[in-house]
Formats: sequence, C-alpha cells, structure tokens
Amino acid sequence: MVTLTEDGATPGGSPVDTSVAAERSPSRSRLVLRRFLRRKPALIGLVVVVLLYAAAFLSPLFAPWDYAEPDYTAFLQPPGGTHWFGTTKIGEDVFAQVMRGLQKSLTIGLLVGLISTSLAAVVGAAAGYFGGWTDRVLMWLVDLLLVLPSFLVIAVASPAFKGQSWLIFVLLLAGFSWMITARIVRGMTLTLREREYVKAARFMGQAPFRIIAKHIVPNMASLLIIDATVTVGAAVLSETGLSFFGFGVQPPDVSLGTLIASGTESAITYPWLFYVPAGFLVVFVLSVNLFGDGLRDALDPSAAGSRKRDKKVKKGKTGKTGTGAQA
Amino acid sequence: MTAAETLFEGPDAERAGPVLEVDDLRVSFPSEDGRVQAVRGLSYRVAPGEVLGIVGESGSGKSVSSLAVMGLLPDSARVTGSIRFRGRELLGLSDGELSKIRGRRVSMVFQDPLSALTPVYTVGDQIAEALLTHGRGRVSRQQADRRAVELLDLVGIPNAAARAKAFPHEFSGGMRQRAVIAIAIANDPDLIIADEPTTALDVTVQAQVLEVLKTAQEVTGAGIVIITHDLGVVAGFADRLLVMYAGRAVETGDVHEVYRRPRMPYTLGLLGSIPRLDAAQKQPLVPIEGQPPSLTDLPPGCPFAPRCPMVVDACLTEEPPLFQVDGSVDATGDGTGHRAACIRSAEIAEREPDAAEVFGAEVIGEPEIAAVPRAEREVVLDVADLVKTFTVTKGSVFKRKVGAVHAVDGISFDIRAGETLGLVGESGCGKTTTLMEILGLEELMGGSISVLGKRAAELDKAGRKAIRRDMQVVFQDPQASLDPRMPIGDVLAEPMQVHGYPAADIAKRVPELLDLVGLRREHVGRYPAEFSGGQRQRIGIARALALNPRLIVLDEPVSALDVSIQAGVINLLDRLKAELGLSYLFVAHDLSVVRHIADRVAVMYLGKIVEIGDVDAVFGAPRHPYTQALLSAIPIPDPVKERQRERIILEGDLPSPANPPTGCRFHTRCFLYASLPEERRRICVETEPALEGSGDHSDACHFARSRAVVEPMADDHR
Amino acid sequence: MIGFLLRRLANYVVLCLAATFLAFALASATFDPIAILQQRNPPPPAAVLDAKRADLHLDQPVPQRFLTWVGGVAHGDFGRTVTDRSVVEELPRRVGVSLRLFLIGVVLGVGFGVLLGVISAIRQYRLSDYLATLFSFVILSTPVFVLGTLLKQPAQGFNDLIGTNYLQTLGEQTPGFQGSWFASLGDRLRYLIVPTATIALGQIAYYSRYQRSAMLDVLGSDFLRTAQAKGLTRRRALFKHGLRTALIPMATLFAFGFGLLITGGTFTERIFGWYGMGDWLITGVVSQDANIVATVTLFIAVLVLVSGWLSDVLYAVLDPRVRV
Repeated sequence: MVTLTEDGATPGGSPVDTSVAAERSPSRSRLVLRRFLRRKPALIGLVVVVLLYAAAFLSPLFAPWDYAEPDYTAFLQPPGGTHWFGTTKIGEDVFAQVMRGLQKSLTIGLLVGLISTSLAAVVGAAAGYFGGWTDRVLMWLVDLLLVLPSFLVIAVASPAFKGQSWLIFVLLLAGFSWMITARIVRGMTLTLREREYVKAARFMGQAPFRIIAKHIVPNMASLLIIDATVTVGAAVLSETGLSFFGFGVQPPDVSLGTLIASGTESAITYPWLFYVPAGFLVVFVLSVNLFGDGLRDALDPSAAGSRKRDKKVKKGKTGKTGTGAQA
Repeated sequence: MTAAETLFEGPDAERAGPVLEVDDLRVSFPSEDGRVQAVRGLSYRVAPGEVLGIVGESGSGKSVSSLAVMGLLPDSARVTGSIRFRGRELLGLSDGELSKIRGRRVSMVFQDPLSALTPVYTVGDQIAEALLTHGRGRVSRQQADRRAVELLDLVGIPNAAARAKAFPHEFSGGMRQRAVIAIAIANDPDLIIADEPTTALDVTVQAQVLEVLKTAQEVTGAGIVIITHDLGVVAGFADRLLVMYAGRAVETGDVHEVYRRPRMPYTLGLLGSIPRLDAAQKQPLVPIEGQPPSLTDLPPGCPFAPRCPMVVDACLTEEPPLFQVDGSVDATGDGTGHRAACIRSAEIAEREPDAAEVFGAEVIGEPEIAAVPRAEREVVLDVADLVKTFTVTKGSVFKRKVGAVHAVDGISFDIRAGETLGLVGESGCGKTTTLMEILGLEELMGGSISVLGKRAAELDKAGRKAIRRDMQVVFQDPQASLDPRMPIGDVLAEPMQVHGYPAADIAKRVPELLDLVGLRREHVGRYPAEFSGGQRQRIGIARALALNPRLIVLDEPVSALDVSIQAGVINLLDRLKAELGLSYLFVAHDLSVVRHIADRVAVMYLGKIVEIGDVDAVFGAPRHPYTQALLSAIPIPDPVKERQRERIILEGDLPSPANPPTGCRFHTRCFLYASLPEERRRICVETEPALEGSGDHSDACHFARSRAVVEPMADDHR
Repeated sequence: MIGFLLRRLANYVVLCLAATFLAFALASATFDPIAILQQRNPPPPAAVLDAKRADLHLDQPVPQRFLTWVGGVAHGDFGRTVTDRSVVEELPRRVGVSLRLFLIGVVLGVGFGVLLGVISAIRQYRLSDYLATLFSFVILSTPVFVLGTLLKQPAQGFNDLIGTNYLQTLGEQTPGFQGSWFASLGDRLRYLIVPTATIALGQIAYYSRYQRSAMLDVLGSDFLRTAQAKGLTRRRALFKHGLRTALIPMATLFAFGFGLLITGGTFTERIFGWYGMGDWLITGVVSQDANIVATVTLFIAVLVLVSGWLSDVLYAVLDPRVRV
C-alpha cells in the first residue's frame, strides 16, 4: 500500500466502513420513549388511563360505601359528605356505583381490544400473505360484517344472552370490531410480502406460517399496539351504548352505560346522576385516544408517508397526528 | 430550432454579471438528535449561460442548498447568508415576492418525475398554468394552451397536441421529466436549477433527458445549476464543477481542471471509485472507507479527515477554507478559478498521484478455477428457453383476462463455476422476472432451470430445499433486505436454522461470516438500523454466504449505495469470488459496474436476450444496435472524452411488453432499421432474428455489424 | 368504467341479501314474541297463541320464513308486526325521518369537517390546530347519547335567553301543527336543529381528523413543490394542487363514515324522540319482532352500500388514475 503519509498518520484503519452510525443512533426503544415523552397530551392520557384503572379496582378497598348497599338515610343527595358523588333515588352511593361500572367497562374494553386486534392480525395477515381464494373469502366476510352495523347485530342477539355471563357480550363485541383493522393489516401484509427480507426468507426455504410469525407480524407490532389501544376506547363506547339501551350489561351488573341510561332522565334535575358517569366515560375514552395518538407518533412517525422515508435530511419534522377513534 | 426561436428571446447579451451569487449560505434543520447543519457556508456564482455542476453524495447538502435558492425549504429551516439573483437579494423576501421570480426568472427541475406532477390535472394544464400565473392579463387561456403544446413538442413529446390532454399517470417517467422541463422553460428563465434530473431514469432515457436539458439551455440561454451524484453526468455537460462534502464546497473549478487535476483527496477518491466503462483492463476501484460525518455536531477540523488516507494532525485542528490551487489563475478575481479545501493540495499537485495509490486499492485476482477453460468447468446454473407471462386482469369483483404480458420470452444462458454473468437492460426488460423465476424454483410456464445439473421442475419439496442451499440471493435495497426487528446475529443464523444446522455450528459460523465480510464480531447483537447502507449490504452478503452456496444471485446489489461506498462492496464481491470460487448472476442496470465485475454479459430487451458473450467482446465491439445505444448512453467521467463521443440517442420509450412489436422487437426504436432501405426493413418487421454468433459472442440482429462506441482508456491516463 | 360500477352494484345486491338474511336468521333464532304474549295478564288462550304463531309463520323453518318474507318484499309487502300492523305502511314515514337526519348531518359533517381539517393542517402546531384537534378528540370520545343530552342544556339556555321555547328537543314537529307548507317547514326546523347538531358534530370531528392527515401528507409532496417552483404562491398551490389531491382519500372514507352515522342516528332518534328507523330497530328488538328487524337491516344495508357505491363514483370523479 503506497501512501503519501510519511509522518506517522495512519491511513484507513479498518478494512470496512467504521461504525459511526452505530454510535450515532440511539436505540430504538429509547428513541420511541423520547418521542412519546415529548408529547404532553399523550403522557397525560397515559397517566389518566392508569389512574382510572387503579381507581376502579382499588377504590372498593377504601371507599366508605359499597355499590350494592343502599343508604336508606340518604335519597337523591347531592355530592358531599361520605357520599362523594351523591346518591341515587334509592340511596345507592354514586361513587361506588360509578367505580363498579368503570371496573366492568374497562375490563370489557381491555378484553375486546386484545381479542379483536389478535383476530384482525390473524385474518388480515393470512388473507394478505396467501392471497387467492383465502383472500377473497376472508375479505368478502369482512365486507359482509361491515354492511351489518355491529350495534344492530348485538342488539338483535341480546335476548339470547340475557341472564348469561357478560363474557359472551365481550366475545360479541370483539367479533364485530376487528374488520377494519383486518383490512389495514391485509394491506400492510401485501406490502411486507414484497419486502426483500420476506423474499429472502422465502428463497432460503422458510415455511409460510413461520414467515408470517417471524417476519410479518412483528413488523406490524406498532400498528397492532396502536390499534389495540384505540380499540379499547372504541369498545368502551360500544359497550356503554348497548348497555344504555339495555342490550349490553344486564342487571344486577352495572356498567357506565347502564348508569348513564338511568341518569339521563334526571340530567337537569339531579345532574350528578348523569354527569358523574358520563364524565368518567368521556375522560377515559379521551385519555385512551390521546395515548393511542401519541403512541402512533412515537412508534410510527412515517405512518402514512412511507415513500417519504428515503428522503434525505431535507425534512426537518414531518409530524403527523393520526386519526381519532370511531365513536 | 425554428420553433424555439419563436418561443424564446434567446440569450440576453445586454445583462452582464453573474445571474446567481450565493455567499456563505448556511442552512440548518431541527432533528431528533439536535440541529442538523445541512449547509455550512457555501458560496458560488453562476454566469449567464453557464452550466455549474454541483456534485456530492447523499447528505452533502447539495439539494438543500438549491431549495434554499428557490425559497422552498420548510419553515423549520434556518437560512442565513446571502443569495442574490441578478444582484437582488432573495433571502428574506416574502412568499408573494418570491413567487414572482420563481418559474419566471428562476425555475427548477426535480429528481423524481413520478411524483413531481399533480396527479389530478392534465399535463397540458400544468404547463399552461406556469404561463398563466406569470402572464395574468397578458396571456389568454387559449394562448397558454397553444404554447403548452409547443413546449411539449420542443421537449420531444411526440403527438404533443393529443398528449397535452393526458394525465401524468399516462406518461412514462422520462416523458414526465420532459414535461417538468417544459414547465421550467415555459417563461424563458435566466436560471434553471436541475436537482438530480436523471437519477430516477434509465440510462437511455437519461441520455434523452440530458439532451433535452441541453436544448433547453440553448434556446433560453439560461444559466444552469445541475446537481448530481454522478460524475459521469456532469462531465459532458457542465462548464464548472463544485464538489460538496458535509455541507461545504471542498473543491471547485473548471470541469476539465477538476477531472484532470483533482486537488482534494475526496475528489480524487470519488473519481477513482467509479468503475469505468472505457477501462480495457480491470482497474482497481478505490473504496473510501467510513461514511460522511453526522451533521449535528461536527468535530473541529476537516470533515473528511476521518476517511482521508492523507490525514495529518494539522487536519484535525481547523477546517480548511478553499485555497487557490497553485498554478491556476483566478482570472476574474471572483473565485471562479480552481480551488480546493485541503491543506495538502500542494503536495498532491507536486506528485500527481493516482487515486489507487493514495487510497491503497489493488486489483483483485481471479479465482483458481478461472484458469480452467470455460467449457471444462461445471455448469452451476443452466437456464433454457425460459418463458414467463403475466396475465393482465381487469375488474375487482369478477376478474377477467384482458391480455398477457410476455415478461420473459424464451431466454437461455448458463453460468459456469467461478464465473460472473452480468444481466443488463432497461427497467421492464424482464431481468428481474428472470431472477425471480430462477429463485422461485416453481413450476415454469416454459423452458427449464437447472442448478448444478438438477432440473428444478423434477424435484420434490426436499430436493428444492436442498437446491436453495446452493443458490443464495442478495437484494438491491440494503434497507429493505434485512428484517428491522431482528438483530444481525439472528439474521445470519436464519438460513442455517431453516436448513437444520445444529445450534453449536451456527454459533461458530456467525462470527466467521462477520469476519468474512469485514464487519466486527461484537456487532452481532445490533439491529440493522444501527448500520450504514454499505454495512447492511455486507450483512446481506454474509447471509447469502451462510450456507456455503455455489451460486449467488445479485439483484442490483450496489445501485442503492453512494459511489464512495459502492466501490467497497464491489471489491468485497470480487474478493469473495476469488477466495471462495463463487459464481454470480449479477443483475444491474449500470453497465460500468458490470464491465468491472462480470466475465460474461447478457443484454436483454423486452424479454429477449439480444446479445450475449464475453464482457470484453460485447463491450469492446458491440454488434447489436441496442447494445451499442445502451453503451453510448452511459456517461463517462471524463470531460474530454465525453464531449467528443458520438452519442446514439434512442427514440421514445420501451414499448409495452403486453403488445411487443413484431419481428425484431427493437425495430421500433432502432437507428439501424431507420437507415435501411424499405425492402431490407421488411425482414426486421416480419422475422424474429435468432441469437447467433461465433466464439463466445452472439447477437440477435439481422444486420449486425460491430461498432466501437466506447473508446478504450489510454494506459497513461492520469 | 360503467361496467366496473355495474359489477360493483351486482356484488352489493348479493351482500345486501346476505346481510338481511343474517339479521333475519339471527332475529328468528333469538326472538320469541309468543313468550311476550304469554306474559300478558290475563294470559291469552292457547288458540289465540297458535293463531298468532301461524300468522307469524313461526311454525316454519327459518330459511323458508326468510324466503316468504323476501318474496313479499319483492311485491312491496314487508310483512306484519307482532302487533299486527303493516310494516310497509309505516316504512315511508320512518325512512323520511331518518334520511332527513342523515343527509343534513352528512352534508354539514363533510363540509365543515374538510374545512376544519384543512385549516388544522396548514396551521399545524399553531393554536388553531391544537384547538381543532382538541375539539375532535373530545367529540370523538363522547358517545352520542351523552352528547345529545349535553346539547339539550345550551338549547335550554338559548330558549331562556330569547324568552320562548324556540329550540325543541322532543319530537319531529309540533303535534297537530296546522299551517302553510312554509310554516310547517319553519316548525320542523325548530325540532331539527339540536338533533342535527348532535349528529353533525361527530361527523365534523371524524372527517376533520382524516382531512388533516391527508392534507399533511400532501404538504410534503413533490408536486406541491413543483407548483410553487412554477410561481404559484404557497396559498394558491395549497388550495389548487394540495387540497384537490387531498380530497381523494376522503372518497373512500365516506363509506366508513356512513356506518358511523347510522349507529349515531339510532341514539339520536331515541334521545330526541324521533320516530325514525333507528328508533324502530330498538322497538323491534324490544317487542321481539323479526320482520321489523329485517326491514331495518335491509334499509341499513342499502344505505351502507349506496354510500359505498357513491364513494366509488366519487373516487373515480376525483382521481383520474382510477378512471379507466
């Protein structure tokens, strides 16, 4: 090797590109965390969601009244004293009831979010990866279920599960909230399938289901996490809506929906009966949505504009806020 | 040029002085890791009618600086310094004031023609809009429409009046870029900025578009700033050159001067890192180690110092300004002479060293097996009469067949042990389809594929899996070819797991593989995102090597990399072939790379091989007119040669493979056909030529005659 | 193009029938209207129950009942309710009530939603963007039955302010209202405002979010830069090239937005005492009436598919790339 340097300078140390990039880019999880923490509304959303879950499950331990134990000395009492949020017309403690309802609603939301997103991932990935008839049949099913509003189907089916466990209700809700996500998953699978690393796996002889499990689903993790989050909010809205009409959670169970239903009539005369459960509901769903939105920004900053990814340093910040949940 | 004369006033001699003066331009952006100093004190000027080439790799700030001139940077950008157009300061002007200058006095051509036009308006309307915007009250709608058609005609769109009514998606990439140029010259500007105008295009189309740009420059007399990463493109076009690195100019001067006597090691390395189409013997390729620095917090000193083989302690203390190169005269005193930002440029001037000498590149030898005559070597891959058609369907509910695309229409070739076959052709010629058929090992529509003597169609599932072990693939995009969720240790282990290697063997093999491709063993736990493009491509190569294959199929393995990185990867491939006796099927559109790495080459056009043979024979004396045109379209990074070359410009775009021309598929674009008398033309239209030849050189042309289109490089070059 | 839209239409008809069958089958399987009759006091004699059962074809298997019903629908007969009233007689009035709510809601929603989304996008990270985002998030997190009840309060406040009960929040019109056509329109308007606002707010929030992100996508696009490079001011380029292109994805959303509207409409009708299709569905489920449920399902399926078809047409109109 002939070099011009005679004064001891070392020409080109390692035989390859040195690892400048490695030192430069912080690890992905740290980057995601940093992006997330920068978004105040998302952070607030997360804190509120955690607090609400904690309150719903822990408050019975220290609250002065039990939800099923009426106080016969206090009917329709406004908030104050030991009845923090007032009482109903038969003397039930509104705080205890709302916490109880919150418990049920949040549990249902969480379960529906998990089940429906998993279902969407399986159906969408299978339809997208295998294509052909698998795809056609599954997508026709999705179309069919989209034509029938889930509200209608569950309302019609509700007489069948009267007196049954609320878990059936969870399954029904989950069974009707995966379709749009499945479509998105399918679309992403179609692009991922053409990615070179998936092709590489195929050309090295990897089995289709292993490719889906190893290369396709993990690469949609951000989407699925975000979607599960947003679905929790949407499921709580669906649950309360159905329960509002008496098609969902059945007495003696209470949910935020049944509480709001019984409070609506007296929204003007005894406002706490309506505003307390409604307030908790709105605050919870809003927090979940803000959290989901922040997650989207942090996990997937280029959510819509994948073609923009290869643009150089040029772009400072293409902040993109995703779309909110469906009511 | 009569049409042009009525359209434009021509060069404006009255106004002297530079059209554009950029002084100490600085641009920075906010980013995740702090402020990115994308441009750090850039100064240049453009005289009327002058063509300035700005050359740099991605991230060098070349595009950002031109967007700053146009005032099109996003709001988050901080821009300081001075940009004067015809003496008028542009920085600080409002959007309204700038919009009076943009498109009328200064216009721009962008890189990606596919997204540069609004999809919902017709091409004619978008050109007319440029005229109407600046001629409000003076130009009528009808006048603008008529002029739009004239402009489309000028930039070489056939049947312009009808095509003006078409939407952008009905235009090919090359045609869209012509339309963008038509918009740019619509108002007879004084300055045109072209930002990588040909990067997204095929070579033959690139040659056409460069030709159109030259015409545009002639008719408008505008100054041109052409931004590119390709030293070949500017060699024949630019008058002056400015090389950018890490947001600054590192060398500038007359284009002949800079190419002949580069005075900055970076320029020297850049010129040495490009494989030359005109190299008779194999030239060593100069890899520039490392990668450009991060522009968020630059250490003091010359930003190129970490990659520079000539670095001395003084380089690390202070960033050198642009020095006047000894012996060059700055005639006008306005900084247009030859200048370089290197404290050791005087030493370079004294010794006039070769890039290979400075960077220590050597020619890599051939594998041992290359000594065995070709006919006696084992056939690694044999493709015979391969056919692949795609059906074109319409409708989403009830699909119906409306036609068939003959993507690959009966091609045959073989690859012997220790040999590299280059497969070249424009996009849409069927080379990628051929590759996917070979890799897919599935049932063929016609013909046969055999790997190491075993016919793929006759194998069962297990047999196919066994073949996959011997045949591996490296993809084009290092970003997309590695699963971002897997640490590279797992990436390298995956093929071995699939083929049932014991865990202990895998654990031993992974570090070996990293050594083999020149990566550090400690990096086994890192994720692909933590590596640079060149490193990722090395990981992709390591994965392909994991199973000790005999054949590696390479799909444009270096085209996504910057030139300085590209050389390192090519050298690695060369070395691996020599050491491991591998065979390569190398698909590429860059003929210079193919010339460097391949032993044999096959040229494809519309699903057919039109010429195949030994690389020196095919490139040295091409016989098929298509090969000749293809070779003549490749720019050579040598201003003198580039300006003297006779260039064959092909007409039009690739015909649709759904409806290929009869007879010889190339006759619709063939210059030879055009020069034939009527009675001899008939055979081209009616009879499909067979692939015939002598020795290791065959072609498929009825009237083949060899014609040297690339003059070999003289030995005493540089 | 026409062929394409026709084929789509054919597929939709199949989907419509399948959806209606599903709802009918589900309703027939779970409903037991006779059980409700039996609970009456005094219980009706067995003969009456048997007659009722035969009347409602409950003695037949479900697919046959569906075919009977579909056959009837083809002749304009949607069957009879459990309370022995003709479904078809009540249908037009209820359809009218629902469509009035939906159409005005969707027009207001798309119009204001797109406007809000565009303003939000071009003023990204400014106060107006944050306010618009906050508005959308709060509305999208508030169920319609809460929103409706909440809106009654400001309506009451408005009435108190002007001293008369101008804004009505119960019913579709003043019962027994007599007057000219024009006066009747004015009367209906008083009942219309609050429920329509309830529906429209959700739609505005929904469309504005999507329009904002579609617009943001377009903001960084190359063609917008080309438009500016040819001399258009940023504002002109944004509206002429940006907005026009950002409207394309809205066409697809339109179909999904309609599904949202129907569920919301059901709640709105119940809360404001409108006797529309949504209200009818609830009545049908409560009285365990398969014919009503099937009729409402058919109506909803037709609406969803018409909106899907419209969104296809809209897409073709907006995007020259799909016009083949």
